[in-house]
Amino acid sequence: MSSILLPEPNPDILARRDAIIADLKALVGADSVVSDEDGRRAFETDGLTAYRKMPLAVVLPQSTEEVSAVLRYCHQNGVKVVARGAGTSLCGGALPAEDAVVVGVSKMNRVLDVDYASRTAVVQTGITNLAISGAVGKDGFFYAPDPSSQLACTLAGNLAMNSGGAHCLKYGVTTNNVLGVKMVLMNGEIVEIGGQHLDAPGYDLLGFIIGSEGQFGITTEATVRILRAAEHARPMLLGFASTEDAGACVSAIIGSGIIPVAIEYMDKPAIEVCEAFAKAGYPLDVEALLIVEVEGSETEIDDLLARLVKIAEPFKPKSMKVSSSPAESAKIWRGRKSAFGAIGRISEYYCMDGTIPLKQLPRVLTRISEICGSHGLRVANIFHAGDGNLHPLILYNANDPREVEKAELAGADILKLCVEVGGCLTGEHGVGVEKRELMRHQFSETDLLVQMRIKSVFDPDWLLNPAKVFPLAEREMLENAA
Amino acid sequence: MATVRPAAEWELSNLILAAAERGKPVEIMGAGTKRGVGRPVQAAVTISTAGLRGVTLYEPTELVMSARAGTLVSDIESQLAEKGQMLPFEPIDLGPALGGQAGRGTIGAVFATNLSGARRVATGSARDHLLGVHAINGRGEAFKSGGRVLKNVTGYDVARGVAGSWGTLAVLTEVTFKVVPRPERTATVALFGLTDDLATEVMCQAMGTPYEVSGAVHLPQPMAQRLLTPEFREPGKAVTALRIENLASFVAYRCDKLRENLAPYGKAEVLGDEVSRAFWGELRRLSVLQQDSRPLWRISTKPTNGYRVVEAIRRYMPVDAFYDWSGGLIWLELPEAADAGASDIRRVIAQFGGHATLMRAEPAVRSAIDVFQPLEPGVERLTRGIKSAFDPAGILNPGRMYAAI
Repeated sequence: MSSILLPEPNPDILARRDAIIADLKALVGADSVVSDEDGRRAFETDGLTAYRKMPLAVVLPQSTEEVSAVLRYCHQNGVKVVARGAGTSLCGGALPAEDAVVVGVSKMNRVLDVDYASRTAVVQTGITNLAISGAVGKDGFFYAPDPSSQLACTLAGNLAMNSGGAHCLKYGVTTNNVLGVKMVLMNGEIVEIGGQHLDAPGYDLLGFIIGSEGQFGITTEATVRILRAAEHARPMLLGFASTEDAGACVSAIIGSGIIPVAIEYMDKPAIEVCEAFAKAGYPLDVEALLIVEVEGSETEIDDLLARLVKIAEPFKPKSMKVSSSPAESAKIWRGRKSAFGAIGRISEYYCMDGTIPLKQLPRVLTRISEICGSHGLRVANIFHAGDGNLHPLILYNANDPREVEKAELAGADILKLCVEVGGCLTGEHGVGVEKRELMRHQFSETDLLVQMRIKSVFDPDWLLNPAKVFPLAEREMLENAA
Repeated sequence: MATVRPAAEWELSNLILAAAERGKPVEIMGAGTKRGVGRPVQAAVTISTAGLRGVTLYEPTELVMSARAGTLVSDIESQLAEKGQMLPFEPIDLGPALGGQAGRGTIGAVFATNLSGARRVATGSARDHLLGVHAINGRGEAFKSGGRVLKNVTGYDVARGVAGSWGTLAVLTEVTFKVVPRPERTATVALFGLTDDLATEVMCQAMGTPYEVSGAVHLPQPMAQRLLTPEFREPGKAVTALRIENLASFVAYRCDKLRENLAPYGKAEVLGDEVSRAFWGELRRLSVLQQDSRPLWRISTKPTNGYRVVEAIRRYMPVDAFYDWSGGLIWLELPEAADAGASDIRRVIAQFGGHATLMRAEPAVRSAIDVFQPLEPGVERLTRGIKSAFDPAGILNPGRMYAAI
């Protein structure tokens, strides 16, 4: 998978490599700079492993001030910077460039303050997503966004991509759960935005910053909302004979006025692989499986699940099973959350992330299997059904360059289809390198110009995380329009 | 002053383009119910979006609605109610407090000002539920951002960034937002006669329980006396109210558990569905505020600092205040003063954190002082940059939020 063009590195910067590394070491200490080839290789790619570029150097600062010093230096010297959390991006959001310095926040991973009365926590952004909930879980609180990579991914990356997860139908995504950030701009300036209060004093700068894919600045601290967990949560499994039945059942659930905390959908290929991996008790004789989770007291949960059973009945579920114990619930979720890993054990796959209006689900799934079939490829579909976020996993043989190319073509066709039916290219993974050239399918030139001008406010020289998000040619358009 | 009401997006776009080419400022409004907020805009022409009306998409089972910017909030809410749904963020109606009528505001203005009601503390604000916009910037360019699906990170989140910019970055022409089911039953757990500090403890503790409190307000006695709902007014004491909403069969259990949890603070009463809807409904209209021209401030700070902020301001002047958002949002009325109390209030804010906006005052006062919270230098530079990216000639509501922005 390598059809996306990456810009040629700047030879002047490459020629100055030794001097730049010496300067960086002087700024933050030799221990915080990775310059040898073996060390840098660990940073040459992210979750989109088909693309690899050895960075010029990697800096792992220990404080906001160090990040500021590094960025100021790079700005003054015209050196590009790629910010990195844990490198789990599935869209190449953290892909380095040969003439860029990677600035990783992983050493800044402490919880600085927890305030249960105001329901906020202040953390350094190198902390993993799950560690935030870990820090407040003993007191019954949690941090709501829960991407599948939550064990590894950092809050910094979540902020950059506005990450979601399985439970955002009820609790929202990153931008709904963050109240403030401390951020270093490309020129080294440190700005503090927001705090423990619930709204912005002027323009909603947090709104612009969260989801800006590391192109506006490097966040080093954040104030996040922590929520009190429900008394209990319990999932149930609903298996259906067809996609149509499963989709209609989701509509009926939401139309009934019950908003479950999560509604996850898996198609037959996904069920088979996940069940083989996690032994979660998924039914194997169904075409589509829903995991529906509700929260409340035990009595309330019994009541809600009984209502869900009644709502599902007209759609003739082939199997209905309510989790009978916390251990079983954990297994059910482990199956779903390890889906990517489980499928990865049987084949290389290319994970797509479009969002569609729920009503289009049967049509879209039919088209996806036609698209993949026409390329001779298999596909498994995992879907956050409550909010329309679809993850087709296109299976391919990584050792066959033609199959690799086909997977990429099929993926692009699927995302165009998502846009056609009223959805979007990416629901939670981001644009990164991967979907950069597809942006014109969703946005007009003016739409893109409006976005690019904001980038120029935060980073006038376009040094931060370059050659991502926008089609390469659009940058020229911006300059011509200016 | 001429007011133009374009009936189509292209017409509006032409008007803005013409204004941009001549560098002529325009005042942007919906129905004008919040026109008195902000620094007075000096413009020969006012453009109203009130002519852009109608719900363009409503899919109850996908929890999504789109409407042209000038659609009345009241129309939207009645369409939602027909399907048992509602706006998730309970937008406040500033009309009465600013000397106008209730129920006249437009949906575009709700997002343009990001004014959210009591439910914000639990489920998020207007901007949190905004999924997409169509808008026209100060260059006369029609653009879109976001879309009609609940989860979307394609490109920068321009829609959310434009929300709350009071018409200074772009004119919204159509908005798409998430809607939610209307709870089957509402109840209120109320404690009477608490001091502001104890009430804050109660609210914060309640928000930290698993019973999904969807509103936490405290009205000190003088404010509580102005309530219209007799069950809350007649005890003649301060009111601390916590809202529980859910399926009817769940509400009683949750109210009981919450009362148990709050027992150390006194005996809480539980008020039922009808009374509760009346009470939270009148708070949405800010019914306890005076309908006159005395200065009215809206202060946002961390919940546990709210009462401290009010205490500190009282050292400088007599004020009436009530608290929303678990203590973090303060509505504060004070006697007429040359600077509407701004210098003292801002000094207090500097000490405790947060921000203060003057929501009501005579135009002369609003011209003379910072109506919105003055910004830190770094944030101010970004704010100016963003204004200039959207509206380089500075023609959209110039000076409304900040002088020369």
